Amino acid sequence: MKGTYLGEFEEVVLLAVAIRTGDAYGATVVDEIEQQMGRAVSLGSVHTALHRLQEKGLVKSEFGGATGERGGRSKRLYIVTSPGRRALEDIRQIRNQMWETIPEIAWS
Amino acid sequence: MKHRRRNRPIPPVWATFLLRLLCDAYLINELEDDLNQLFEQRVKSMGLRKARMRYIHDVLSLMRPSLLKVKSNSYPNPGYTGMLKNYIKIAFRNLAKNRTYSAINIFGLAVGMTTAILIGLWVWDEVSYNKSHKHYDRIARVMQHQTYNGVTNTTFATPLPMRAALQSEYANDFMYIASSSWTRDYVLSFGDKKISRKGNCVEPDFPLMFSLKMLRGTANSLASPTSALLSESVARALFGDDDPIDKIIRVDNKNHFKVAGVYEDLPHSTEFRDVSFLLPWRFFLEEEAWVKRSETNWGNNSFLLLVQIAPNTSFEQVSGKIANIKARHAKEEARFNPKAFLHPMSRWHLYSEWENGRPVRGRIQYVWLFGIIGAFVLLLACINFMNLATARSQKRAKEVGVRKVVGSRQSQLITQFFCESILMATISFILAFSLVQILLPLFNRIADKQIVFPWYNVQSWLLGVGFTLVTGLLAGSYPALYLSGFRPISVLKGTLRAGRFAALPRQTLVVFQFTVSVILVIGTLVVLRQIRHAKDRPIGFDRSGLLSVAINTADLQNNADALFQDLRQSGLAMYVSKSSSPTTEVWSNDASFSWPGKDPDQLGDLGTVGVTHGYGKTVGWQLKQGRDFSSDFSTDHLGMVINESAAKFMGLKDAVGKRIEWNNEHYTIIGVISDVITGSPFMPIQPTVFMLKEDWASFIHIRLNPMLNSQQAIGKLEGIFKKHNPGSPFEYKFASLEYDLKFSTEERIGTLSTMFSSLAIFISCLGLFGLTLFLAEQRQKEIGIRKVLGASIGSIWSMLSRDFVVLTLISCVIAIPIAFIIMRDWLEQYTYRTTLSWSIFATAILGALIVTLITVSFQAIKASLLNPVKTLHDT
Repeated sequence: MKGTYLGEFEEVVLLAVAIRTGDAYGATVVDEIEQQMGRAVSLGSVHTALHRLQEKGLVKSEFGGATGERGGRSKRLYIVTSPGRRALEDIRQIRNQMWETIPEIAWS
Repeated sequence: MKHRRRNRPIPPVWATFLLRLLCDAYLINELEDDLNQLFEQRVKSMGLRKARMRYIHDVLSLMRPSLLKVKSNSYPNPGYTGMLKNYIKIAFRNLAKNRTYSAINIFGLAVGMTTAILIGLWVWDEVSYNKSHKHYDRIARVMQHQTYNGVTNTTFATPLPMRAALQSEYANDFMYIASSSWTRDYVLSFGDKKISRKGNCVEPDFPLMFSLKMLRGTANSLASPTSALLSESVARALFGDDDPIDKIIRVDNKNHFKVAGVYEDLPHSTEFRDVSFLLPWRFFLEEEAWVKRSETNWGNNSFLLLVQIAPNTSFEQVSGKIANIKARHAKEEARFNPKAFLHPMSRWHLYSEWENGRPVRGRIQYVWLFGIIGAFVLLLACINFMNLATARSQKRAKEVGVRKVVGSRQSQLITQFFCESILMATISFILAFSLVQILLPLFNRIADKQIVFPWYNVQSWLLGVGFTLVTGLLAGSYPALYLSGFRPISVLKGTLRAGRFAALPRQTLVVFQFTVSVILVIGTLVVLRQIRHAKDRPIGFDRSGLLSVAINTADLQNNADALFQDLRQSGLAMYVSKSSSPTTEVWSNDASFSWPGKDPDQLGDLGTVGVTHGYGKTVGWQLKQGRDFSSDFSTDHLGMVINESAAKFMGLKDAVGKRIEWNNEHYTIIGVISDVITGSPFMPIQPTVFMLKEDWASFIHIRLNPMLNSQQAIGKLEGIFKKHNPGSPFEYKFASLEYDLKFSTEERIGTLSTMFSSLAIFISCLGLFGLTLFLAEQRQKEIGIRKVLGASIGSIWSMLSRDFVVLTLISCVIAIPIAFIIMRDWLEQYTYRTTLSWSIFATAILGALIVTLITVSFQAIKASLLNPVKTLHDT
């Protein structure tokens, strides 16, 4: 795996941001992860991961349109950048590659 | 709705509070929103209790250093450079919107900068004077302090044996030693070309010492008594484009010299700028018998002695060694306590005045004076800028408020205002730069300089840019720091009320401006009055239609009688005569006079002038007692006419008939004349005696027939002179012009200070004009209401003018004592000086008040004439 190292939780958060594209911010990411993985995550860990991803340049943030939901305040929306997408694809490819090289006998 | 809201589940208040307490302000909104959204979802999906537990858990999870550490710079934050474009755009819009203010600001600043640049160039020129010679820092002239009658005089005239003594006793301390004659006019001729130029007779080391740049020939060729070195301009004038080397030129129509070299003209700002050719010292020795005689005479201080010290020593060390050289060698001179010392070349121009053996402020005082004035004029212009900007701050307060609300930080606002002021300073600089180019020739003429703008000097450009930045920062500092500190809420609400003392800084600056201006005005008035005072002094002779010709050729010497005959017969001249000094100078003096009742300790030091019969009538001196020289009395060759100062100096009440002993001869005083001003018209008159000495003569004086047009008369005179003095051009000097030259330094100061003080007044008024313009505009509504209620134009005018008149009066009160002290100090250096009368101060105060009133009234009247309907109408 070349490029930046991506921790397991970071990968999950990055995937969640990708899933909620256009509506990805702290609360929705927490919600998404809890629904998908069925485990409780804290808001703090999600925010930390988002910051770190942003520092690594894998996501970027911009201020999204205001909705009635939050009292008319605009919110910071996260978007997966192209390096972020490449990082996800790399991980997936490596996983697939590894899956394919598992010999048949391993499961027997 | 109410009911629902009350029952709406709320997260634990203390956790929210904790979050607000610890988290960075800008993050709180985002985090709280996230927490609330999750909380609401969880209340629905897992119940209130669990939701609250998770809420607390989330809050605590947010309390991690990695999140708390994040600072607000993750907000979009355009850098300074990013905003620069915007600042400049806004600055230009502001300039265009307020054309009058911009013009006042930029023009005022440009005028201030022009002055500062011109003065800067002048100061630089003065300071770098004499520094074009390669070894200027090791060259010095030998000078002496000598004490006569308890007064120590300092002179750079030295006796000739001193040169020999330096050579034989301290050869190791000097690299070069060169004696020189004084610079005087010679007539140079080659073929038919005849020109009159100034030159010196110097020893062979002179060209090497001053590192003359030789264009042709060699520098060390003056060892031969018949070779000469010419400057490029002289060579061009005599030979055109031909090669001058080895050509023979005639000097003063009698001596022949071979041109041995041509050197590059010396720059204007050097001591020897007048010296346009060099003749050998040996020629001087052989030609002039008195010079030869002086070689052993320690008492004749008549020569310039220049030295370049050896590299391993210093001026102080050498001065210490040679101090007593004269007293050691010449016992009879020791009573004058002669002290020799070296005066370094770098100090010749600016530090060349001594009083009683101590250095006193010389020309350097003018360098300081003008430097300070330049700085002040620039400061005045900067103050204008600050004043107008702060006065208009209220107009821009809303802009500051909005910028702050949108997220500008104070540092960004400061940057913005500095940007604006630097932009304006740059525009002003460009304007000032053009003005300098236009004014430089005029300035050079007034200041007697040949300053060239240093186009190719990187340093001067850097200085210019640095100067603009500093001016911009200085001018913009007050508005930048003051405006940026406004509180957005109060500004936008419109509650920013200028307090009682808000105008105080502005008023202080105005007072400062006017104080400086008034001081300059008083200074100028005093200088002009001092010049007037000296000019009004009775000069003791009639200078109109009096001209003199230097006797510089043998022809003129020998044919004088025939020449005089022709002059008288032609009817051109009323009187002609000869003398040893020009009419406005006394060139020689002698200390060995004695008279009846002389105190033996007193030195009989009197100026001596040799004249011929008819001199008195020619110059038109006024006899107080006795009679003039007359050919009817053969005894008059031992007669003396003395001036009033001499009579006073000798303490003779009835001078006529008293006998005076000089050079073992007994003279009789036959007449006393009113003092004739010789030397500086600001100084006491030298006690002088006139004697009939035909052989001393070096000048011919001609009193023109007043019936004739002087222009025509001179044309005819030229013909007569050509006849008797065929080898030389006819050159004459009018006594009136010569006399006026005595005032040149003071008049130059007068012109320059008039110029600067007018500029200072102009700039101050420009600022005042801007301020009234602004205040009248600001009080438009008030004026409208007053008018509606019946105020007259006069009362509104006085209301608007009063403040400024008070400020001007305060300035005058501050300025007068300062100006008094400075000018009293300045006048001290003149013995013959005007008094600091109250009328000067009164004139200055009155002038300042009138100028203030005119400036202010223009706007005040304009404002009071406005139709109140229009001003009160709310648009």
